[in-house]
Amino acid sequence: MSSIIDLILGFLSEHIDALILLAKIGLIVNGLLMAAAYLVYFERKISAWAHNRIGPNRVGPLGLFQSFADVFKLYLKEDIIPTLADKKFHFIAPIISIGVAMAVYAVIPFGDSFMVGNKEIFLSVAPGINIGLLFVLSMSSVGVYGITLAGWSSNNKYSLLGGLRSAAQMISYELSMGLSLIGVLMLAGSLDLTTIVHAQSGGKWNIFLQPLAFIIFLVASFAETNRTPFDLPEAEPELVGGYHTEYSGMKFGLFFLAEYANMVTASAMMVLLFLGGWEMPGLYEALGLPAGSPLIAAVQFGVFVAKLVPILFFFIWVRWSLPRFRYDQLMNLGWKVMLPLALANIVITGIVMTILKHYGIM
Amino acid sequence: MNVTKNTEKDRLNFWEKLYLPEIARGLGLTLKQMFKPPMTRQYPEERWEPTGSYRGRPVLVLEEDGERCVACSLCSRVCPALAIEVQAAETTKEKERYPVKFEINMLRCIYCGFCEEVCPEEAIVMSKDYELVFTNQEDAILGKDKLLIPIAQLQDRLEFLRRYK
Repeated sequence: MSSIIDLILGFLSEHIDALILLAKIGLIVNGLLMAAAYLVYFERKISAWAHNRIGPNRVGPLGLFQSFADVFKLYLKEDIIPTLADKKFHFIAPIISIGVAMAVYAVIPFGDSFMVGNKEIFLSVAPGINIGLLFVLSMSSVGVYGITLAGWSSNNKYSLLGGLRSAAQMISYELSMGLSLIGVLMLAGSLDLTTIVHAQSGGKWNIFLQPLAFIIFLVASFAETNRTPFDLPEAEPELVGGYHTEYSGMKFGLFFLAEYANMVTASAMMVLLFLGGWEMPGLYEALGLPAGSPLIAAVQFGVFVAKLVPILFFFIWVRWSLPRFRYDQLMNLGWKVMLPLALANIVITGIVMTILKHYGIM
Repeated sequence: MNVTKNTEKDRLNFWEKLYLPEIARGLGLTLKQMFKPPMTRQYPEERWEPTGSYRGRPVLVLEEDGERCVACSLCSRVCPALAIEVQAAETTKEKERYPVKFEINMLRCIYCGFCEEVCPEEAIVMSKDYELVFTNQEDAILGKDKLLIPIAQLQDRLEFLRRYK
C-alpha cells in the first residue's frame, strides 16, 4: 500500500512543473468560460437597466444561473449543417474562433510571480515570453479566419457578406491598433507584457502618457471584437445574423463565447498596456507584505480584475448607447482618421522622448 | 444650379465630426436611464386590474333568479364577426323567453362591444377578463356555463355603462 503512495508521490514530484502548468491551463480555460458566461448575464442585465427593465431574474437568485440555462439549452439543440455548406470549414470555423480567443490567454500575466517553498509560480501560463504583445496581436488577427470561414463555408449570401465585412473591418482597424501600441512600446522598450506593466509602476500609467494612443486602441478594439458601433459582421437588421446565420446549437454558442472571450482579452490588454496592469501606487507598500508571497499575488490579481471590470462595463454600456456605423463611415474612420492619428502619435512620442532624453529627464 | 447640399460634411459642425463629445453625451443619457426604476410588471405574480371601461371577454349577466337575457338575438345580428349564436325557448317567468343555447366563439370575437351596445336588457356586457388561452378550438366556443357571471362581479362595467352609454 505504502509503495503505491510512494509511487504516486514520486510521480507527482517528478512532473510537478507539468502538473502546475496543467492546473493553470485548466483554471484559465474554466475561468474564462465562466467569465464569458457571466458577461452574457451582465450584458443582459445592463441592457435591461438602460431600457428601464429588470432583465433575467427567474433562474436562480437574481437570475444568476441564466447563462448556464442558456448553455444547457444550446447543448440540447439540434446541430444543423446546411446541405450545400462546405462541411469541413463549417465545422472548423467555430473551433478557430474559440481556440484563438483562448490561446491569447497563454501570455497574459495576471500578477507578479510568487514563491511556494523554493518554487517560483508565475501568474500566467507561458511566463517570460518576450514577444507576448506580438503574440496577442497575431492571435487576434487569426481570429478573423474563424469568422470569415464561417461566412464563406455556410453558402449563404448573408453569411458571406458578414464574413467579408469582418475581414475588411479587421484589416483596417488592426493597422491603427498595432500602430497605436508603438508609442507604448517605445516607452517600455519591450514586447514582454510583464515588463510593460513594470515600466508603468509608480502611477506612470500609459493612459496619462499616451492618451491619444489609448483612445485609438479603445476604438480599434471595439472594431476588433465586433462590438456595436462596429458590429457590421453581425448586423442583425441587414444581414440576419451575419456570419453565424447558418450555425445552430453549441457551434453558435462557441461563436458567442468567443465574442465575449475576445472582449475580455481586449479589456485585459487595455489594463496591461494603458492602466498599469496590477500596479497601484502606494497600495503594496501600505499592505506591508513581503515580496513574493502568495498573498501579494492575490492582491495583484484583485487589482487587475478591479481595473478589468469597469472596461468590460464600458464595452456593454457603449453597445446599448450607440447605433451601428454605416460601412463607408467605418472605412472613413479607420483609414482617414485613426491611421493618421496613430502615425502622428508615434512621431510626437518620438520627438518628445528625444527632447526629454536630451535634457536628461528620462 | 440651385442644388441644396445636405451631406454629412455640411450638416455636422467640428465637434460633432469628432464623434467623441457626442458619444459621451449619448453614454451619459443611457447612464442616467440605468438609475431609473424599472417599468416592468412581473406579470404572472403581479396582475393588472383593468378599469370599468375595459372591453374584455363578453359575458352574460346572472341575477338571483337566472340570466337577464331574453334571447332577442340582437347581439347575434349585430356581431360583425358572427361570433354569437342564440337559440330561444319559452319560460314561465315574467320575461317569457330565455336562451336555451348561447354560444360565443372566442376565436371569432373581436371585442368590439357592439353586442353590449345593442342589448336592450343590459344582459351581455364586456368583462375585465383578458387572459383568454385555449388549447384547442372546441374549448374556444364558450357556452352558457362559462358565459354566465354573477352580477356582483360586473358592477364596475354596469356603472360605466350607466354613466357613459
